[in-house]
Amino acid sequence: MADRNKVQFKINGEHRVLELDSRTTLLDAIREHAFLTGTKKGCDQGQCGACTVHVDGERVLSCLTLAAQVDGRNVTTIEGLAQTDGTLHAVQAAFVEFDAFQCGYCTPGQIMSAVACIREGHTGSDDAIREYMSGNICRCGAYPHIVTAVRTAAARLQEGKV
Amino acid sequence: MRAFDYVRSSDINTALQQSGLPETRFLAGGTTLLDLMKSGVERPARLVDISHLQGLNDITVVSDHIHIGASAKMSHVAAHAQIQSQAPVLSEALWRAASAQIRNMASIGGNLLQRTRCTYFRDPAAYPECNKRNPGSGCAALNGINRNHAVLGGSDACIAVYPGDLAVALVAFDATVFIRGATDRQVAVDDFYRLPSNRPDIENDLSVGEMIVGVEVPVVPALKNSHYLKVRDRASYEFAAASAAVGLEFEDDGHTIKDVRIALGGVGTKPWRARQVEHALIGKPFTEKVLRDAARYAVDGAQAREHNGFKIVLAPRVIARALMTVGGLV
Repeated sequence: MADRNKVQFKINGEHRVLELDSRTTLLDAIREHAFLTGTKKGCDQGQCGACTVHVDGERVLSCLTLAAQVDGRNVTTIEGLAQTDGTLHAVQAAFVEFDAFQCGYCTPGQIMSAVACIREGHTGSDDAIREYMSGNICRCGAYPHIVTAVRTAAARLQEGKV
Repeated sequence: MRAFDYVRSSDINTALQQSGLPETRFLAGGTTLLDLMKSGVERPARLVDISHLQGLNDITVVSDHIHIGASAKMSHVAAHAQIQSQAPVLSEALWRAASAQIRNMASIGGNLLQRTRCTYFRDPAAYPECNKRNPGSGCAALNGINRNHAVLGGSDACIAVYPGDLAVALVAFDATVFIRGATDRQVAVDDFYRLPSNRPDIENDLSVGEMIVGVEVPVVPALKNSHYLKVRDRASYEFAAASAAVGLEFEDDGHTIKDVRIALGGVGTKPWRARQVEHALIGKPFTEKVLRDAARYAVDGAQAREHNGFKIVLAPRVIARALMTVGGLV
């Protein structure tokens, strides 16, 4: 009796139409049906933040979102951040520059969360960055460098240097 | 996950009709429901998606009350300028809850209905016994690892703690839940939540075919001078070990307590209004000793299990610290 639903949404500006089992999460739709594997499945229960994407510009957990719920909405994943010529987003560049990862598995979620965190204006202090990035767990413990990368990218974006 | 039918509602009346079928759940933010469906605690046959409903996400702040639509997102309410200035306890209870991502997803109505974090409740494969999931089956927490379980309001059937933060602030300030169903009705948030008694599966006053459409908080002077203190095992993205929503109004002398509001989170089976402490403080001078002496009443009748006795020590301290913060003593 599982419903199959036609779900239409934009991923990184590209219109997609997918026929999905009603149980399909946005995370599985992105990875297994749209074949964009940058978004990671960590805990799959809303605790680690590895699956963070933007829906209509706001960061959400794709593992706790049904694909059907984003019908008609705009989804942005880590693949949608860089410019078409390959120029990295300021947050991506800062993560590379400040070595803000070790194994890298949490990194797409960290970066998607950081881009939103900066846009929200929650980067006024290192404490604010830690508070508003707390939904993204890094088991390697790269937090000090992540905070540096977010702080630096925020400053550069605010100064309009990138 | 059990297969389910998915329907989306464009208006409230249709959604209410659609929700009348058996084994049906409303889906809003999904942060609790989808999580519980993955773990097998919730096994609905049908989801009615109400996240697209129009007109339920308004936030209205006027001179005598604050109204928050049930579909408003936690993050939007927390960041609302008038909520921050007129009712800081609401904003603080919201931004200290969950994570930024979850707050962008979770609705206010769903937040009120979030389920307990009791690890036994949430793991049906390992623990078939749970009176909340399966009435009469027993409770694994009573003699299990119960460090995070309730010391207030529990019963021999259930000691699962109410996990939320916002409802604690709402209870402290006499907020009302607006419910739509066959008839429209309103119920005090304090009465909305039930004690587990011998039926922990019945957690609140909401019936099948009813939907929360908003909450309303009366504006009193203490609301502007309010605070939510949340003490927990890590600094962020964690449930409360003990929390307190407080508000304070002084007499014209600036020192005598005219009105005080106190509710506790993280220690009770429901958001826990500390009325005895409030009564003990009204008319008293605002000193640390007065606060600490009165705060002890908050845990009158508290019952510790093997691992959670620390909450009985902690809760009065959290109340005192929260009041000292709003009253300028720290």
